[in-house]
Amino acid sequence: MPDSELAVHNLKHHFADLEQQKATSTFGMWIFLVTEIMFFGGAFATYLIYRLSYYNAWVAGSQTMEIELGAVNTVVLICSSLTMVMSVHFAKLGNRKLTAIFLLLTLLLGFGFLGIKAVEYHGHWVHHEVPGPNFHFEHQGNYDPRQVMIFFSLYFAMTGMHALHMVIGAGLLTWLLIANARGRFTPEYNSPVEMVGLYWHFVDLVWIYLFPLLYLISHHHNG
Amino acid sequence: MAGHAHPTVKTFVAVWAALLVLTALTVGVATLNLGPFNPIVALAIATTKALLVLLFFMELRYSTALTKISVVAAVFFLMLLVGLTLSDYLTRGWSSYINPFR
Repeated sequence: MPDSELAVHNLKHHFADLEQQKATSTFGMWIFLVTEIMFFGGAFATYLIYRLSYYNAWVAGSQTMEIELGAVNTVVLICSSLTMVMSVHFAKLGNRKLTAIFLLLTLLLGFGFLGIKAVEYHGHWVHHEVPGPNFHFEHQGNYDPRQVMIFFSLYFAMTGMHALHMVIGAGLLTWLLIANARGRFTPEYNSPVEMVGLYWHFVDLVWIYLFPLLYLISHHHNG
Repeated sequence: MAGHAHPTVKTFVAVWAALLVLTALTVGVATLNLGPFNPIVALAIATTKALLVLLFFMELRYSTALTKISVVAAVFFLMLLVGLTLSDYLTRGWSSYINPFR
């Protein structure tokens, strides 16, 4: 199929040309991400208020986090952002093979992150740190252990929502891999790769704030 | 979009390296007790990392004015959300109103 025909094939009828179509999808994706910023922003604000209210319990809860695992996961996610950006780069150049390789690497790093997160969750489960009837926290400070349960509730809610976004991202990457193998993307039309890229980087962005707030800032404080 | 500025692979690798260095830095700072400055330093480093991701990986630097304004607006409203909520919570003890329910 000649390029001009392919371009027409990829152009939805309600757009004037491919450039307008791409500008629209980029803007639409950013508006979606803005709603995601407000969604996670509300959770971060909640976390902040509770930290100020239940500071001692927050320090105790935060110090149960395994910084090594959190740091390794941060590195894994940053690497996956690099491989994502490379797959977008090669999709724009029309290099199907390298697009596929970098999409696959991104997917594998995503699974790596989820695997390490699962190890952490298992540790919390074994140590009775999951909120609920089995919750038990040996406390030595001046605070109510139930406040630590609130810390863990927010920890699981925030990292859980983040992990859910990663799972959705893994699904999107799989879809891109199939579409790329079918030759759906060209140097003129590659918006899906770019849009999933924006989503993937956003998920990285959330973790960039989750990691210091949950693991790091109270590490050497005295509750 | 021919003639449109785009970051190169070299830029991406440089940003990636900077993100790793900043991660090491924020983990390193966490081993010190800086009191109230721990969250401030950690959030400053996180925001630097976020800016790198936004500007280069998400190509905001090369985006249209409309996209840039949307993101700046989101950050502004997020600051309102956090700022006004905190100004409420942190000043509740200052209230001199007589509480009729006490």
